Amino acid sequence: MTRLPAWADYVLIPLLNLALALGVAGLVVLAIGENPLHAMRVMIEGAFVYEGALGYTLYYTTNFIFTGLAVAVAFHARLFNIGGEGQAYLGGLGALLVCLALDSWMPGPLLIPLAIAGAAAFGALWALIPALLQAYRGSHIVITTIMFNFIGAGLMVAVLAGPLMRSGQSNPESREVAEAARLPFIHDILNAMGFDIASSPLNLAFPIALLACFGVWVLIWRTRWGYALRAMGQSEPAAVYAGIPVARMIVAAMAISGALAGLMAINTLLGAQGKVVLNFPSGFGFTGIAVALMGRGHPVGIVLAAFLFGALFQGGTELDFEFTTITREMVLLIQGLIILFSGALALMFVPWISRLLGREGGA
Amino acid sequence: MLKHLLGGVAAALIATSAYAEDFKPAVIFDMGGKFDKSFNEGVWNGVKKFMDETGAEVMEFEVTNETQREQAMRRMVRKGATVVLGVGFAQADAIDKVAEANPDVDFAIIDVSWLDRPNLRQYAFKEHEGSYLVGVAAALKSETGKVGFIGGMDIPLIRKFACGYVQGVKDTVEDATVLQNMTGTTPSAWNDPTKGAELAQSQIDRGADVVYHAAGGTGLGVIRAMADAEKLAIGVDSNQNGLAPGNVLTSMVKRVDVAAYDTLKSAKDGKFEPGVNILGLAEDGVDWAVDKNNEDLLTDEIRKAVAAARKAIIAGDVKVHNYEDTSDCPH
Repeated sequence: MTRLPAWADYVLIPLLNLALALGVAGLVVLAIGENPLHAMRVMIEGAFVYEGALGYTLYYTTNFIFTGLAVAVAFHARLFNIGGEGQAYLGGLGALLVCLALDSWMPGPLLIPLAIAGAAAFGALWALIPALLQAYRGSHIVITTIMFNFIGAGLMVAVLAGPLMRSGQSNPESREVAEAARLPFIHDILNAMGFDIASSPLNLAFPIALLACFGVWVLIWRTRWGYALRAMGQSEPAAVYAGIPVARMIVAAMAISGALAGLMAINTLLGAQGKVVLNFPSGFGFTGIAVALMGRGHPVGIVLAAFLFGALFQGGTELDFEFTTITREMVLLIQGLIILFSGALALMFVPWISRLLGREGGA
Repeated sequence: MLKHLLGGVAAALIATSAYAEDFKPAVIFDMGGKFDKSFNEGVWNGVKKFMDETGAEVMEFEVTNETQREQAMRRMVRKGATVVLGVGFAQADAIDKVAEANPDVDFAIIDVSWLDRPNLRQYAFKEHEGSYLVGVAAALKSETGKVGFIGGMDIPLIRKFACGYVQGVKDTVEDATVLQNMTGTTPSAWNDPTKGAELAQSQIDRGADVVYHAAGGTGLGVIRAMADAEKLAIGVDSNQNGLAPGNVLTSMVKRVDVAAYDTLKSAKDGKFEPGVNILGLAEDGVDWAVDKNNEDLLTDEIRKAVAAARKAIIAGDVKVHNYEDTSDCPH
């Protein structure tokens, strides 16, 4: 295997992959008769420039950070947690139950941390069962976490269309939580400070996501436990030989992973919407896998990848608004191309770049 | 062809000359997308009819997650929309907020009846009444005394279809059995024709010979499976009789296309009126579909019974239970 200098590995290669994906996407745009440069401009303006656009981008980024971190933590232990979608969904239930029980009297500074803990706890719980099955019965985690997504969806429909459904309307959704339980919107905070910022769903869940990134970095790279986790991910037999309790590590890693996915729910429930609606994770849990892969499992990489996906998501929405020929399926295609080139084909340029840099490896 | 084209051009000219300044409609389709062969597509058909007739251009957007509903509406308003049509109850809260913030813009929403804004027009349908009618037809047509129902996602709205259907069946043939299945619990349940076909097959195996679906794209699989087994399906939302002529007994049509068309048309003519429109059998908002594809399937007995049931419902002699009133089906 050839080795590249760090700057090429972490900056040049991802940028090249991104450029290639955008290039191919541009060809597709050209093929349906639109100007790719115009489309590109609409996307960039839609993601960063328009009123409130950056807020939306960062709002989506928040979702992707949580689900990306969730996948990454499990991945360091060689566990493929595909269940982020269900864990986020259940996280919403956890935070919601806390709010429904307490929001009539408890003040925000107490209630919000409790609700956040509720989201993390339910997310962790939903990952815990597959983890136990993997650790002690050998049921493959990929299969069980996927199946738990469906079980979670079924449970949430039963709850949202049943006991927790808001009365007087026909949408399966919970009632809105009290104002005290809401995370403040960033635009409200900045407006209060005298800046004039357009409204967007961006809320304090974003800094919480960044804190979670820092926490994960400390946990994985600066603690003994994290070292054991990475050792286990590198080689399980070696970990067993070194006296690492593998089964317990699997359970713990998955619980943390599930908790992080569950935290995604606070961005919606305590932030943008103030209620749990049917199917609110709408694919963010799955996209977290791509974010974690693209971010190479490192919190900094995940923030960058999440930001890229957030921008694509918001910019893509704008494409859909601006062009009648570009539909949401087209936007999905562009996102798919980026995942393809920076995930599956990530190493395509490596031999070529290393030759260019005059670092021919032993291969 | 040429005549058609000229007609279109003429209509377009009239439209642009008279209304270009002050009429800019927008439609926000929901998650299913405008080609879902069902609910959203029904709205799209109404929109399309309006565009073909008037030559006006309608801005449109298909949402992919819940945040986009409100975002899309605000975006449309900012682009200068004068009337915004929301599709489906999931958009209720979003349209409520945006309508409050933009009192000068007209808003309309389909499948919602519980909001209250002076610039908002709401449409709801008595799906249970239409379902009752097709239940009557199914009960009379069935030779086995067993009929089926296949729903899409298991939500109260779909149980409302099921409940009205069961009542129609039982009121007609008291000891008939109704087999019921829901396709799933995630939105993919609206678009899973394979699973729809499997469920239909399993109901056939249990003796059902007429199966009603309220399952969006999933229902296409139901219709296919029933046709392959030489049994009968009942379509929903749009007139689906032509999907398998001879094997679709009838369709429970829900005139969302009319709601969409009327909204846009009245806004264009400057006659937009807010308020709640609840459309049932009496208002032609729901109905059963009879056309050349199914007229041979419908005996005189069925036609008479359905006509009598319709009359009784409109007159109030038969009360069809609305699941959403009690969150519970007595049948």
